Amino acid sequence: MNDNTLISVSDLKKYYKGDAIKALDGISEEILKGEVVVVIGPSGSGKSTFLRCLNLLEIPSDGHILFNGTDITDPKTDIDLHRQKMGMVFQHFNLFPHMTVLRNMTVAPIKILKKSKEEAEAQAMALLKRVGLEDRANAFPSQLSGGQKQRIAIVRALCMNPDVMLFDEPTSALDPEMVGEVLDVMKQLARDGMTMVVVTHEMGFAREVGTRVIFMDEGKIVEESDPVSIFEHPKSERLKSFLAKIL
Amino acid sequence: MDFWTNLADQFNQAFIVGDRWILYIQGLGTTLLVTVLALFLGVILGVLVAVIRAAHDQQKLGRVNPWLSLLNGLCRVYVTVIRGTPMMVQLLIMYLVIFSSSRNQIGVAMLAFGINSGAYASEIIRGGIMAMDPGQMEAGRSLGFSYSSTMRLIIIPQVLKMILPSLGNELITLLKETSIVTVIGLRDITKVALLIQGKTYQAFMPLIAIALVYLALVMLLTWAFSGLERRLRANER
Repeated sequence: MNDNTLISVSDLKKYYKGDAIKALDGISEEILKGEVVVVIGPSGSGKSTFLRCLNLLEIPSDGHILFNGTDITDPKTDIDLHRQKMGMVFQHFNLFPHMTVLRNMTVAPIKILKKSKEEAEAQAMALLKRVGLEDRANAFPSQLSGGQKQRIAIVRALCMNPDVMLFDEPTSALDPEMVGEVLDVMKQLARDGMTMVVVTHEMGFAREVGTRVIFMDEGKIVEESDPVSIFEHPKSERLKSFLAKIL
Repeated sequence: MDFWTNLADQFNQAFIVGDRWILYIQGLGTTLLVTVLALFLGVILGVLVAVIRAAHDQQKLGRVNPWLSLLNGLCRVYVTVIRGTPMMVQLLIMYLVIFSSSRNQIGVAMLAFGINSGAYASEIIRGGIMAMDPGQMEAGRSLGFSYSSTMRLIIIPQVLKMILPSLGNELITLLKETSIVTVIGLRDITKVALLIQGKTYQAFMPLIAIALVYLALVMLLTWAFSGLERRLRANER
């Protein structure tokens, strides 16, 4: 493990129903600062479970996850503290419908980081400007399109100044014409040097932005490499047949 | 005496003689006081019990908190006992057994009705919490909020809005049920009607009058709740 390691996963396992269903079957992985790791694989391959284990939305059955050198799988670790540094973006946005866009973005910085309202709102407005939504600050989520909601969800997570951003199929619930605007925000984020772990079906994004691509199947990492090797020279039969089906 | 004179005489006896109408107003005050205090206590108890039970049910496998299991057990006993026995019996036990040395009838009535409606409200609120999109809890937790902060800031406000019609229903039931306080001798509006009926030997006027008062109150509450609902919804559109 070198100094640049942000997240270190060792022998991660997640079983359901005793050990009848092995969603994750021994995953070991190092995620370095500044990497954009894209996780691909067929549905049911465990890629979302892997991502959700990283901030303990799923409790692993076995194995360890070190984040910034702390073992967050230890029950004695205060996970709330570490989640502040791990932004998460969901497939279904999960904005808070009873709050305005601005309140969605400032509630955590104000309540958790104890920022002043002015400071939190100034930061939120700057982020809204970056994603071109500063005129929607006082709108409620139900007044936004899917693409707008997801862009808000991304900047909401950014308001906590996270060390890493986790994306769980961020474009899967969007109408096709809105996928681009969300991917653009993610690309911009990657260019700015944010560490990202992205579960997605957007192979174009994986190829263009990913620094590393992980292909998972049946709870295991089957193949991982830089995007060119994965997409141009796949080695395993499973990856070849997966790519043949989707490309 | 013809019909109309008779009616006027009854009205006179039921409301005017000895300024009896003041008794109705005082009784109405007692009814409203007990209802409002009980509602307050009921909602607090209901949220508390609902959150404990939902927290218990939503625990991740392999990370079970024994204290939560104990609290959950207590809450289940509370809901079972309160929903399994008649309101009137609960009130009598409260007044004649538990607080047999106290003559604070309003306090006892408020407590008994609050504890009773808390049990019903808790089931309504728990249903609301369980019906919430789990993504809301996940979004709150992933920002770094604790379970209880997420509940307080994100889940409960949405749940209360969602269950407002059911809570309104509960309040209407509570308001009418408080007429049971007559059995412990508390002078609510129903007791006043009975007292006056006992003095004048005429039941028609007092009973019809209080029935109309209850009806008017319920219609007022219904109107107020639908207005509240519309306002809460409006700011999301």
